[in-house]
Formats: sequence, C-alpha cells, structure tokens
Amino acid sequence: MPPSALENVLDILKTDQDGVLAGWIEVADEEGVKRSDLFSEREGREQAASLLKAFRNGISERTDKDDFDIQAEHWADLRGVLGEITHERVERGVQPSEMAGFVLALKGPLFSRLKERLAKKPEQLVEEILIASKAIDAFAIYTNEVFIAEREAVIERQREEMMELSTPVVELWSKVLTLPLIGTLDSLRAQEVMENLLQAIVHYQAEVVILDITGVQTVDTQVAQHLIRTAAAVRLMGAKCIISGISPKIAQTMVQLGVDVGEVRTRSTIRTALTDALLTVGYAITPIKNHQEGTLV
Amino acid sequence: MILDGAREVDRIELSGDRDVVRARRRIADRMDALGARALRKTRFVTAVSEVARNAVVHGGGGVMTVYAFKSARIGIECRDRGPGIASIEQALSDGFSTTGSMGHGLGGAKRLSDAFEIDSRPGGGTVVRMLGSL
Repeated sequence: MPPSALENVLDILKTDQDGVLAGWIEVADEEGVKRSDLFSEREGREQAASLLKAFRNGISERTDKDDFDIQAEHWADLRGVLGEITHERVERGVQPSEMAGFVLALKGPLFSRLKERLAKKPEQLVEEILIASKAIDAFAIYTNEVFIAEREAVIERQREEMMELSTPVVELWSKVLTLPLIGTLDSLRAQEVMENLLQAIVHYQAEVVILDITGVQTVDTQVAQHLIRTAAAVRLMGAKCIISGISPKIAQTMVQLGVDVGEVRTRSTIRTALTDALLTVGYAITPIKNHQEGTLV
Repeated sequence: MILDGAREVDRIELSGDRDVVRARRRIADRMDALGARALRKTRFVTAVSEVARNAVVHGGGGVMTVYAFKSARIGIECRDRGPGIASIEQALSDGFSTTGSMGHGLGGAKRLSDAFEIDSRPGGGTVVRMLGSL
C-alpha cells in the first residue's frame, strides 16, 4: 500500500475538521479529562484545534507508511504543539493520565467517521484504524514524556535551591563561625561549602570555624577528602578548623577505611567544639552565681 | 561465589553522583527494615558508597544488584562497564589512586565488608561482590 494508507483519515480531517473537533471535545468531556474547571471552553477548543491541525499536516507529510517515530521530521510541528499544551496543562495541575486521556479521546470521533466511510471496505477500515491508533497512542505517550521532563526540571531546580540553602555559615560568637552540614557532601556541594566558608572567614574576620557533621549519614573516602581539604583551606586563611559531630560509628568506620585526618582537630560533639572555639578567642561559658531558674537577667 | 543461594531483591542503575547517594539510601533503608545494628549499617553502607562511586568514576557507570539471604546478611554485586583493573593487588593497596583521590576506597570497602570478591579483566569491566552482616 502506498504512503497514503491514511488517505481516509486525512480526508476526514480536511473536510470535517470541525465535526471531529466537536466530537473530540465531547468525548473528552464524557470521560472527565476535559478539565473545564482548569480551562475555558475556548482555550480547550483552541488547543484541540491546533493539535488536530498539526496531526493533519504530519500525516500529509508522512513519507514512509510504517513511520510512527514521533521524533521524525514531519511530526516536529505536532511535538511542538503537544509540548506546549502539556506544559500549560501541567502548570495548571492537570494529571499526566488526564493529559494522555485527552489525546486518546480523539480516537472515538475519528474512528466512528472512518467506520461510516469505509463500511464497504472492512480491510481498508482495519488498516487505517490500526495505523491511526498507533500514531495517537504515540502522541499520548509523548505527552507523558514531556510531563516527566517538566517534573525533572522542577526537581533539578529545587535541588539547586536546596543546595544553596544547605550551606549556611552562622556566626556563633565574634570570630567564631559554624557550618552545620546535613545530608550528603558530594563534590559539587563540597565546592559550595568551601567557597561560602572562605568568604565568611574574610567577612567575619573569623579565627575559628566549626564544621559540624552530625547530620552527615555516611563519611566515605570522598567525603573525608572534602572535609580534610576544606580544613586545609581554612588553615591557609589563618583560621582554625574544628570538625565536630563525629559519632562512634563514623569514627570506627573511618579508621577501617584507613582515612587519616592528620592535623585536623576533631571533636565528638558541637558542644565541646564550641567550648574549644570560645577558649581560643578568649571566652568561656560559666554559670551565674545565685542564679534563679527562669529569670532573665 | 559469595552470593550463592541469595535472592535478588533490588537493582540500582549507577550513572552519576546522585546514583551513589541513591544506592546508599536504598541499602540503608533495607538494612533498617531488616533490623541491622547501627554500626554494621554504617560500615556496610560506607563500603557500598565506595564501590558505587568507583563504578561511576572509573567504570563509566554500572548496575548494583542487591541480594537477600535467609540468614542475617545482605549482599550486593556492583558491575561496571569500565576498562577493568590492570592490577587488582595494586588497586586494593592503600594510597593507590589513578585520579588524585585518597586511594583508600577499594581496600577500605574490603575491610568494611564481611566478605569481598572482585573480578576484573582489562577491557572487560569490573565486578565487585560484598557481604555485610546485620
């Protein structure tokens, strides 16, 4: 069969576009995937119409009859339109299954028209339904891919934002800084930590820096190396670096790994590290004599 | 083979830094669910982290398969698609590194796990198998 295997589909789309469009929107409505709560009648109609147009153009430009690769050149228009519509719908809170359902709802009106036309040619009918069905399925799957890509972009953005948030350098006392590390310390974050910390040392004219790793679950050789390098950089800036929050589990694990922290000063808790740090800058926390519980002096 | 008689329960694709984190997380969660002791979990998860990172950094990515046993153990197999290791003995020795890292990773993983196996041929990728008790 020549590339015009979809000639009847194409003809229907040319001569009865409005009918198919109306039918499509009706089916989508019946199946509850129209989401008129999120889209005005006109918007939904316009979207469906532009999809239908791109579908028609795609079919007429098709060269190979077995070609359902949505990445092919003649589907470029359709990909663009689908991508745009999916993007817009996702923004307004449409679920991926609803978006796919919306695309699939095109089958109903299209196939019923085909059936009328090809009532006398069952073979041709089956052939065209099969091909058109495959194509429409591929579009529905494509909307899912777009949806996933959108989600990934959001996750990536949030990750970046979180990374910035997760390296807060805090001034505990004059010339004493602390940086509580939480979660994982991959190379990217370690770089971020180091930069923030060195900047803060200059800014606060800090003399002691406490790197607290209480919230770091795993200290493998990479994390250890980042910590040691950060400590070395802090020392080069003329400040003292204390790594605190090394639990017994982590200490034993580091020993077995064969990690040598060298000259880096370590403390098991941030409390002892703070005492150390204050002492270095000439302060001490002492109890108040005759203090009564609960009074603010 | 140290994983004989074990049942495959999970599979983690390793292609980037984030997958190393994911592998650690998944193993830690599984060990928590199995009631592993905190120190044993920390040790094994650290060993997992080392071999997973090796697969990503040196092996160009790979797959980690997690195995369950009837007894109180957990096992993993980490298979990469890299160039293989020329001298396993050298790779296991502390301080040896081809990338400027510490060079304690592989040897450390061996010391942190309860059983350790490594197969590698130049050009044929590397397979590391490890067991940890709970």
